[in-house]
Amino acid sequence: MTATLATTSAVVSPAPDSPLRRVARNFFKDRVALLSLVVIVGFFAVAIGAGILTLTNLPMPMQPNATNLERKLLPPNSTNWLGTDNLGRDVLSRMVAGSTISLTVGFVAMAVSLSIGIVIGAISGYLGGWVDNVLMRIVDALLCFPSFFLILTAIALLGPNIWIIIVVIGLVSWTGTARLVRAEFLTLRESEYVRAARAMGQSSPKIIFRHIMPNAFAPIFVTAVISIPDAILVESGLSFLSFGVPPPQATWGNIIADGKTYILDAWWLIVFPGFAIFAASLAFYLAGDALRRASETRPK
Amino acid sequence: MKPNLLELHDLSIRFRTENGTVDAVKHVSLSMREGDSLAIVGESGSGKSVTALSLTRLLPTPPAEFASGRILFEGKDVLKMSAKEIRAVRGGGIAYVFQEPATSLNPVFTIRSQIAEGIRLHRPDVKNVDEEIVTWLGTVGIIDPAKRMLDYPHQLSGGMQQRAMIAMALSCRPKLLVADEPTTALDVTIQAQILAELRRLRTEFGMSLILITHNFGIIRGLCDRVAVMFRGEIVEYGDTASILKDPQHPYTKALISCVPRLGAKRERLQTIDYGWLAKA
Repeated sequence: MTATLATTSAVVSPAPDSPLRRVARNFFKDRVALLSLVVIVGFFAVAIGAGILTLTNLPMPMQPNATNLERKLLPPNSTNWLGTDNLGRDVLSRMVAGSTISLTVGFVAMAVSLSIGIVIGAISGYLGGWVDNVLMRIVDALLCFPSFFLILTAIALLGPNIWIIIVVIGLVSWTGTARLVRAEFLTLRESEYVRAARAMGQSSPKIIFRHIMPNAFAPIFVTAVISIPDAILVESGLSFLSFGVPPPQATWGNIIADGKTYILDAWWLIVFPGFAIFAASLAFYLAGDALRRASETRPK
Repeated sequence: MKPNLLELHDLSIRFRTENGTVDAVKHVSLSMREGDSLAIVGESGSGKSVTALSLTRLLPTPPAEFASGRILFEGKDVLKMSAKEIRAVRGGGIAYVFQEPATSLNPVFTIRSQIAEGIRLHRPDVKNVDEEIVTWLGTVGIIDPAKRMLDYPHQLSGGMQQRAMIAMALSCRPKLLVADEPTTALDVTIQAQILAELRRLRTEFGMSLILITHNFGIIRGLCDRVAVMFRGEIVEYGDTASILKDPQHPYTKALISCVPRLGAKRERLQTIDYGWLAKA
């Protein structure tokens, strides 16, 4: 920084108007966005708290896996706020423990699918030609398989381990991201500023990562947020079919799966974890949607 | 004697499309010495921009292909350069200023970071990049450059954006500046300012310039020589003053008469009659 620069910017600080700030400003003006953000942060606090308690073996008010057959299938009461299941386990404790698993699944699976999707989509869109053709036919082929059954098959063969489930969910769900990133790159590749960057002698990797990627960031980020509940839902579905995370580890999906036998007698086994799945998914979807709206007004 | 800065020998460029082959540039030969300024004048589709982009192989190949000819920049054949060599020429040897400043600047970065990129790439020995940016922005006539360089492109007016583009091109210290219709997207008063700026920079730095335009009106006093392109060919080539005074080719005459002149009494604006041209 030169001395002149330091003094002038101290006197008149220019209105910082970076695209990131603009999106954040629009996002925080949106009430739905704020509400969903609060819900997401709440779920996170619970999930991280439970994760820490489990990892450090600190005493918990109630062990999620502790059975007590004398207190089985109790409706919500002062000790077990959300009731107990058929083995007398506390539903609230199990849901709290399950939130760690569900959110981990959501985030890690999103990260896996996003990284594959971005790389494949960027290469495809930027290079074009036969590379694009080959990669997109692979995507088409993958899209032909019903992904849920692909996941079921993979887990049946590899065994139900939480990390295998996460990676498999990520591996089958990157196609949408890849297509989206490719479409963005196809448009941005032809933009004047990419041509200008090339005319300045910039290398292709630099053009991809520095000039195109930041401009494609908004839609990619939105898909990322929206793919989190997708992964959570898939994991819940797998758990419900008892292909998910193996018991006794609680997840939102397998609490419902365990409770479905008692659906007529013990509604709390279904309704509360069901509501947790619903609320978390809705919050992520709404946040993703709000983010899309906030990022839509691009500078001219 | 020093070799010419730029030489085009019998350059032909074709575009292969699904609807057949288009000859965009046909057997064009040109040469420039350091400090020269050349205008390439022609209408849309005459091949002037294609010629300009071909100087650093910026055309996408395919569909474009070099059918014949050579491009020599400082005696080296551009068409035979490796990817690394050509990247050094782009920006460092030949820098461009494009038509649309608003879209030629990346919307998500500040002016400063975009100019800094070019300086770091082509002049790694520059220690104080910010100081350099401020100097160049000042040189192209941006007021309060230290503050303005922190702006994002959309915070600048069209004229300032184009000035920033010119600063970006010049900050790499190129041997040759190619301005591809640099004023077409700007309104008339800003056009005059930018042209005056280019004229001043040329005398100040002795910079070589290729100006691509369809407007004969703006080249006077800025370019010593002019090449008139029509349907991919150079139909007339000579020094600006004599061509403006006594154009030989009917297309040149037609182009010159299309420029409305202040004070001239005319019923209608002149256009080009191609049927008549084909016969001539």
